[in-house]
Amino acid sequence: MDRFVFLTVDGLSRGAVYAAFALALVLIWRAARVVNFAQGAMAVAAAYVAYTVSTATGSYWLGFVVAIVAGLLLGALVDRVVMRHVDHASPLNPVIVALGLVLLIQAVLGMVYGSEFRPAEAPFSRSALTVGGVAVLSPYDLFVFATIGVVVSGLAWMFARTPVGLRMRAAAFAPEVSRLLGVNVGGMLTLGWALASGVGALAAMLVLPTELGLHPHAMDLVFVSAFTAAVVGGLDSPPGAVVGGLVVGLLLSYVSGYAGSDLTPLAVLVLLLAVLLVRPGGLFAPVAARRV
Amino acid sequence: MPPREQLDDPGGRPVDRRRGSTLLRHLAVVLAAGLLLVAISYSVEPFRNFQLATVAAYLCATAGLTVLTGLNGQLSLGHGALMATGAYTVALCQTAFADRGMTGGWLLPLSLAAAIASTVAVGAVVGVAAARLRGPYLAGVTLAVAVVVPALAVTFDGVFNGEQGLSVPVEPPPLSLGPYFPYERWQLWVTGAATLLALLLLANLIRSRYGRIFRAVRDDEVAARLAGIHVARTQVLAFVVSAATAGLGGALLAVLAQSVSPGAFSLTLSLFLLMAVVIGGLGRLTGALWGAVLLVALPDLTHSVTEMLTLSPAVAQRLEGNLPLAIFGLTLIVVMIAAPGGVQGLLSRLGRALLARRPTRRS
Amino acid sequence: MSGTDLLVVRGLVAGYGAAPVLRAVDLTVPAGTIAAVVGANGAGKTTLLRALSGMIRPAAGQVLLAGEDLRGTPVEQLVRRGMAHVPEGRGVISELTVDENLRLGGLWRRDRADAGRALDEVYQLFEPLARRRRHLGHQLSGGERQMLALGRALVGRPRLLLLDEPSLGLAPRVVARTMALLRQLRDRTGLTVLLVEQNVRSALAVADQGVVMSLGRVVIAAPAVQLRDDVDLRHAYLGF
Repeated sequence: MDRFVFLTVDGLSRGAVYAAFALALVLIWRAARVVNFAQGAMAVAAAYVAYTVSTATGSYWLGFVVAIVAGLLLGALVDRVVMRHVDHASPLNPVIVALGLVLLIQAVLGMVYGSEFRPAEAPFSRSALTVGGVAVLSPYDLFVFATIGVVVSGLAWMFARTPVGLRMRAAAFAPEVSRLLGVNVGGMLTLGWALASGVGALAAMLVLPTELGLHPHAMDLVFVSAFTAAVVGGLDSPPGAVVGGLVVGLLLSYVSGYAGSDLTPLAVLVLLLAVLLVRPGGLFAPVAARRV
Repeated sequence: MPPREQLDDPGGRPVDRRRGSTLLRHLAVVLAAGLLLVAISYSVEPFRNFQLATVAAYLCATAGLTVLTGLNGQLSLGHGALMATGAYTVALCQTAFADRGMTGGWLLPLSLAAAIASTVAVGAVVGVAAARLRGPYLAGVTLAVAVVVPALAVTFDGVFNGEQGLSVPVEPPPLSLGPYFPYERWQLWVTGAATLLALLLLANLIRSRYGRIFRAVRDDEVAARLAGIHVARTQVLAFVVSAATAGLGGALLAVLAQSVSPGAFSLTLSLFLLMAVVIGGLGRLTGALWGAVLLVALPDLTHSVTEMLTLSPAVAQRLEGNLPLAIFGLTLIVVMIAAPGGVQGLLSRLGRALLARRPTRRS
Repeated sequence: MSGTDLLVVRGLVAGYGAAPVLRAVDLTVPAGTIAAVVGANGAGKTTLLRALSGMIRPAAGQVLLAGEDLRGTPVEQLVRRGMAHVPEGRGVISELTVDENLRLGGLWRRDRADAGRALDEVYQLFEPLARRRRHLGHQLSGGERQMLALGRALVGRPRLLLLDEPSLGLAPRVVARTMALLRQLRDRTGLTVLLVEQNVRSALAVADQGVVMSLGRVVIAAPAVQLRDDVDLRHAYLGF
């Protein structure tokens, strides 16, 4: 039972990160109809920038802030310099370009930082506090929950309640009409990319200390898990992405705890295939999924 | 994805009436290529022979991916994993034969056939799933396959020996070729022969009824369905064909390297293959050739460049491993934005432009 | 006279791809009037509106709004120049609520207080919308969508309103109400309207000026009364 509680908390903490990362994927998908396969590589790049800043200044928090800013900028840059110029007539084109970005970013990181693992620092202790003799959750888990909670509710508030959120939704749903109403659709798209990439960078900062550390490929499997989370929730649904993230986090934690951590990649693949074959629109699809 | 004028058969010629001559033409081209390879194998140094053999092995995989992505419109990021399937199968077969003390020239073809068979089985499973998926969903699933399958070598390290991988015992060249026959030349002959055979089959498939059905499904699924084409079955078939050649390519690579390990079949390899196909020009087997050449030539080229520069060993190592990747990635992006037809598309466009200058201009 | 002409179009050529749909269109709409563009399917009516609001880039010609050349003005800037375009199919964003759709129409305005007043006025003008504030666009009836599209344009307090087929798919009663409303807006606020219509009778009933298009050109522009009452003209250009 103790083990179950521990695995559940660990799964939720991991799942919160997947949720944020999946949410970033959903943001871009809704705005641009592109699944950003480069999101993992972009987030790692931001984490490397944070690593450089933190080792130079000795401040974790400065690096943390810099990572998010770097993520925002990188997202805007990718949209303006690359994605804006891709012919979206076939859905394969942006996917292929995103994969080119993956190769490019990972290679540049490898050239600058080398391919060895760098330590990823956690700002709080990762050893679990015990409540009534049961190890429950660590200060770091609390930090993860709080950060993701703030970001997710902040995004939800922004999209639902602020003028810029309204503009972004309008631009995503009906770009042509939105332009007629004076919305700078291109700018909203860039903002969407920046926000998503910033959230991705944040997720990378939170997940890397729990993994092997910093490496150009460190987010590959996280990306696959987050993509699975986004598909579980339905690519069009931000709340679905959050629930999907938690589901995937829990599943992986149980598989890892009861069957062995080697099996987690296989579990992700099986879950992804199962969801896509049974409910291609995701478990929370409100209507028939948009065929792509 | 490729515009319709990029078909291998631009004029939409009546293929069936010409089938006999098409087959003969393909045979002639393959024979000529085979003779050329033999001639080259005698005239260049062993290392170049080995490189050419590697090109041939990659060509199997890129040609298969060309059929899938270029002709059938299905994207696969999982072909590295399919190559791994073929490679591990050939390793297990060859080890089993060697352990039992079996020898003979027919063992390697048997292992290769087993590699193709096992990859076909895996490809059929992925293909059935893929046939129900589109666009980013398909890309995501095959990406997951590419990330997860190599990790299985570690999960089941009792069979696959984890990160270490397996060795692939390969017999020396037959004695009938003489005692001093260079091993690399023999490698080129074996991989060259297998690849040319695979290409011959693919080329004929492309020109057959199936090739047209593949393209019809790519261009417009609904129209294809209305024309009585079983879309899902066609997509699975394309995936299986493509998997078979990828498995053969992986097996040949394993035979060339005489070892397999999960590191050789990472996600990067899958992205490489896709990139090779895109840069070469989607939808053309000649484009697949360009891509395979690039895969071998570019790392070689960057190696020579880094050797010319005087760099510290650590920096040189970082550059050597990553510079080709960076160039590949950048080229992929630039090609997709500027020249979606790839190298072969550029060449044909150039050819058309030259032709158009003549007075007999087609409207 | 040109001082009071709000919209002046000279030699406008536009289309999709190689073949132009509009071949040298000339048109003048005086301020505070309603102009109805009528003509057969494919005459280029919708293309004219799309070219005016910059959704397609004209190949040649000139568009002057209150004397200002609109060439090179991005689509999203036109609303700031006082032009509102209610596109074909009305362009209600069905994923947004009625209130969000309406607020979107005034988001570009610096004067937040007046944008709020304009929103209130629209709710007063279209009572049913006020009752369905929180409903999503796709839950509305055709008539309500029409009100929403018009209301959203009016929130921006435009000088020139481009309307593409407002009668499409609506009951005659609703069409009549819409046309009456346009008249009322013209009289009360001095709104200028360029209206594209298949429904020639009701369009000419409300308009001051009738513009007949055929094959990408304006074949006749005359007072609407004249087009309506002159049997020869009607026979020649409108077929009824």
